[in-house]
Amino acid sequence: MRRDIFQAIADPTRRAIIALIALQPMTPNTLAEQFDITRQAVSKHLQILVECAVVSQQQHGREIFYQLELEKMKEIDQWLEQFRKIWDARFRQLDQLLVRLQEGKNDQ
Amino acid sequence: MTNNFPVDFILDKKNNTLTFRREFAARRQLVWDCYTQSELLDRWYAPENFSTKTRSIDFRAGGHWHYAMVAPNGNHAWGWIDFITINPIDGYATLSGFCNELGEINQELPRANWVQTFTDKGKNTVVETVITFASLADWETIAAMGMQEGMKSTLACLDILLATLTA
Repeated sequence: MRRDIFQAIADPTRRAIIALIALQPMTPNTLAEQFDITRQAVSKHLQILVECAVVSQQQHGREIFYQLELEKMKEIDQWLEQFRKIWDARFRQLDQLLVRLQEGKNDQ
Repeated sequence: MTNNFPVDFILDKKNNTLTFRREFAARRQLVWDCYTQSELLDRWYAPENFSTKTRSIDFRAGGHWHYAMVAPNGNHAWGWIDFITINPIDGYATLSGFCNELGEINQELPRANWVQTFTDKGKNTVVETVITFASLADWETIAAMGMQEGMKSTLACLDILLATLTA
């Protein structure tokens, strides 16, 4: 199942997991030690993060390490940037309307 | 020609707010009118190639603005804004959301609190908009309403993520 980046960061535990593995790749066990929740709950969050493609798995011997996919994180910037662009364009339209109103050309 | 004022755009890490500020080359009363009268709103609020259509507006505390963003293909995206407080011509506060043609609010989509403040700057006016959101995730749908594909960002990635670590 494909999910999106916003689902990844919707949950505080998942945000904390992201912040931790941003520093270094970690196994589910070492991650679970950082939280007051069960190993199963951590695994469930990791599963969602993998589905969001924010986190990827790497096998090292018997252990699976989870690491952050930095490229995916840029999606947040992208929509913020788009939001900024929408408002920038909207404000330019307001500039033009204000000019017309002040010139008295009320062209409908 | 029109001025080309920049938009100050600030994501507040502590308070989960997005603030933007913009200067306009007009007196405060006129800018206020453009923000609060539907016939003027309809002339600037929609993104390029879109149009704004007001179904009903009742500009008073407790009133609302029921409007549609009409896409080039004729699709209507209906919005609902509740006016919470109004202090002409200093500012007003709203609660925004999405709805259907009948004005029934879509409870599954996020609502956000908006505070608009109007101040004099010489002969010009500065409008500050502060949007408070419950979580960054709430923005997915709101942003998607007006998004176009193919734009790219060059900003650093983790800063904004870390800005959301407020829980």
